[in-house]
Amino acid sequence: MACGEEYIDLFEKNRELIDEPCTPCLNREREKAFALFKKKGFPGKKEENWLHADVAKKFATDYGIDLGRKTRISSVKSGFTCDVPNLKTYRGYVVNDSFVNPGKQNRELPEGVILDSLNSFGEQHPEIIEKHYNRLAGKGDSIVQFNTTFVQDGIVLYIPKNTVIEETIQIVALLQTNIELLANRRMLIIMEDNSQASLLLCDHSATEKSSLSTEVVEVFLGCGASLDLYELEETAESNTRLSNLYVSQEAGSRFNHCNITLTNGFTRNYIEVSLEGEGAETNINGLAIGDKSQHIDNRTLIDHKVGHCTSNELYKYVLDDESTAVFAGKMLIRTNAQQTVSQQTNRNLCLTSCARMYAQPQLEIYADDVKCSHGSTVGQLDENTLFYMQQRGIPADEARHLLMYAFAGEVIENIKLEPLKERLHILVEKRFRGELNHCKACNLCKQ
Amino acid sequence: MENLLEIKNLHATIDGKEILKGINLTVKAGEVHAIMGPNGSGKSTLSNVLVGHPAYTVTEGEIIYKGKNLLELAPEDRSHEGLFLSFQYPVEIPGVSITNFMRAAVNAKRQYQGQEPMNATEFLKMMREKRAMVNLDSKLANRSVNEGFSGGEKKRNEIFQMAMLEPTLSILDETDSGLDIDALRIVAEGVNKLKRDDTSSIVITHYQRLLDYIKPDIVHILYNGRIVKTAGPELVMELEERGYDWIKNEN
Repeated sequence: MACGEEYIDLFEKNRELIDEPCTPCLNREREKAFALFKKKGFPGKKEENWLHADVAKKFATDYGIDLGRKTRISSVKSGFTCDVPNLKTYRGYVVNDSFVNPGKQNRELPEGVILDSLNSFGEQHPEIIEKHYNRLAGKGDSIVQFNTTFVQDGIVLYIPKNTVIEETIQIVALLQTNIELLANRRMLIIMEDNSQASLLLCDHSATEKSSLSTEVVEVFLGCGASLDLYELEETAESNTRLSNLYVSQEAGSRFNHCNITLTNGFTRNYIEVSLEGEGAETNINGLAIGDKSQHIDNRTLIDHKVGHCTSNELYKYVLDDESTAVFAGKMLIRTNAQQTVSQQTNRNLCLTSCARMYAQPQLEIYADDVKCSHGSTVGQLDENTLFYMQQRGIPADEARHLLMYAFAGEVIENIKLEPLKERLHILVEKRFRGELNHCKACNLCKQ
Repeated sequence: MENLLEIKNLHATIDGKEILKGINLTVKAGEVHAIMGPNGSGKSTLSNVLVGHPAYTVTEGEIIYKGKNLLELAPEDRSHEGLFLSFQYPVEIPGVSITNFMRAAVNAKRQYQGQEPMNATEFLKMMREKRAMVNLDSKLANRSVNEGFSGGEKKRNEIFQMAMLEPTLSILDETDSGLDIDALRIVAEGVNKLKRDDTSSIVITHYQRLLDYIKPDIVHILYNGRIVKTAGPELVMELEERGYDWIKNEN
C-alpha cells in the first residue's frame, strides 16, 4: 500500500469529529475523496507529475491538524495588516484553515455579492454549493483528494449576474500556531454571467515552525465573466505549499492569472484552466524567484475544449544558489477546438551552476486549424551585456541586479492593477538585492 | 602637454592566442589618434584590453593612465576615471530603459567621485540636453537599451552615452561601420561637439571616411599586433590610395 497510512488512520478514527462542523456537501464529497486517497496514497517520486518533488516526505513531519476546531480565532493577530500602498481593497483573512469574517469594513461589497465561509454559505445556499463544490477538483490527484478528505471549512466568493466589483478583494492567508501545523484550505469562486472582479490572494503562511498547507481553489466563470486573480506567496523556508487551482470558463469569459513566488520553502502549484465556451480568453503569468534550497514547482494545463478561444502563458524563473524549480506547462488543443490561438513562453535564468531548472513545455494539438506556439529557454546572464554595463560604470553586482530585475519585470508588467504593479516592482528589486530574506510579517505593505 | 595614456610594450592574449605583440603608444591630453589597419591586426583587442574586457589576458607590458596603473582597475572604475569605449557592436539590453541605464551609470560615477546621486529633475534635464546634442529621438530614450535599434541608432546611442558620461579618453571602435553617410555625419558631429581641449580620443577605423569628419592629429597603422607606422594625417590619404598591402609586404 502506498504511504499515507497514518493519515488514513487519523481520518478513520476521527471521522465524526471531522464531519461535525461541516455542511453536508463537504461531508459527502469527503467520503468519495477518502476512498480515492485510501486507494492511492501520496504520489510516489516516480510519478511523472511528481518528479523532482518528494511530497510524501513532506507529510512525514508530525504535524498537528486542528480537527476539533479548537483554535478559535476571533481576530487577526494584532498589528498584522497587508496594505498595498494606494490600493483600496475589501479584505478577508484565512487564519490556518478558517475564514475570518473581517467584520464591518469601510467599504461594502455590491448587493448580492457574498464573501463567506463555506459552511455558513452552505447552510444558506445549499443548492449553489451542491452544484459547484468539488465539481472541478473532484478528478484531481491524491493531494487534492487529501485536501477534500480533511478540509473542514473554506471561503466562498459568490458574485451574481452582471455585477461588477470595482474594488479589489484581498484575501490574506496566515498561520497562527505554536506547533508544526498542517492546514487544509479551500476556496470556491462562483462568478455568474457578465460579472467582473479582481482578487488578490496573499499567502503569508510563515512561522518559525514547519508547516504544510494544502489549498484547493475552484473558479467558475460564467458567460462573459471576467476575473483578474493575483496570487502572491511570501512564506518561509520551513513552509510547504501544495496548491491546486481549477478554472472553468464559459463562452466569452476572461481569466487573468498572475502567480508570484517571492519567498518560499517548498511549493507546488498546479493550475488547470478549462475553456468550455467559445471566445473565452485566458492569460496566465508566473514569476518564481528561488535561492538557497528553495523548490518551486509550477504545473499548468490549459485545456482548449472548444473553438475560437485564446490562451497566453508566460512563466519566468530566476534561480540562485542551490534552488530547484520545475515548469511543466501543457496546452491541450482538442479536436473541436478549431481556430484556437495559443501561446506559451517559459524563460529561466540559472544564476549559479548548482541551481537546477526542469522545463517541460508541452503542446498537444488534435485540431487542424489553429495557431499555436511555444518556447522555453534556460540560460545565464549574458557576459557581454554585463561587460557593456560595467564599461559604462555600472558595478558588476548592480549590473546583475538590473538584468535580473529587467528579466522578471516582463511578468510584473502584465499586472493591470497599477498600485500592485508598482509595489511588486519594488519588492522584486529588493528581493534580488537580498533585502527580503524571507517573510516575517508582510512585505507587501512595508515601505 | 601632459601624457594622458602611455602604453608600453603591451602583450595580450585571448584563449591562449597572442594578439597584441608589444604595443607602444602615448596619447597626450587634447590629442585625437587614429588607429588603422587591416582586419585581424588587433585593433579591437587593443580597445577591449584598455577597458578591461575579462576575456583578454595581459601577459606583458603596462598601461599608465592619468599616472595610474590602469590594469589594476576594475572595468567600472576605468569608466569612472573617464575611459569610454564606443562598442563596435553595442549590446541590446531588453527590459532596461535607457533612462534607468544611464541613471545607474551616472550615479555610480558620482558615488565614485564622492558626490550625491543626481536628483530626478536635474537628471532628466541632462538627458534632454545631451539627447539634443546627438539628435537622439526622445522615443528611443524611453525604450530598452538598443533593443530593436537600427545600426545607426545604436551608434548614435553610443555617442549619446558618451555625452552623458563626459569621458576624458574616448575610444571609438569602428563607429563608422554600418552607418550611411548621413548617420556617419551626425555621429561624427556629436563626437566633435564633445571634444574639449583636455579630452582625447582614439578612433579605430578601416576607412578614411570617418576621418574626414573627425580630424586626427596622429595616425597609427596596427598590423599583426604591433604599431608598424606612425605619422600625421597625411598617412590616411596614402592608405586610401595604396591600400594595406605595402604595409603587409614591409612587415
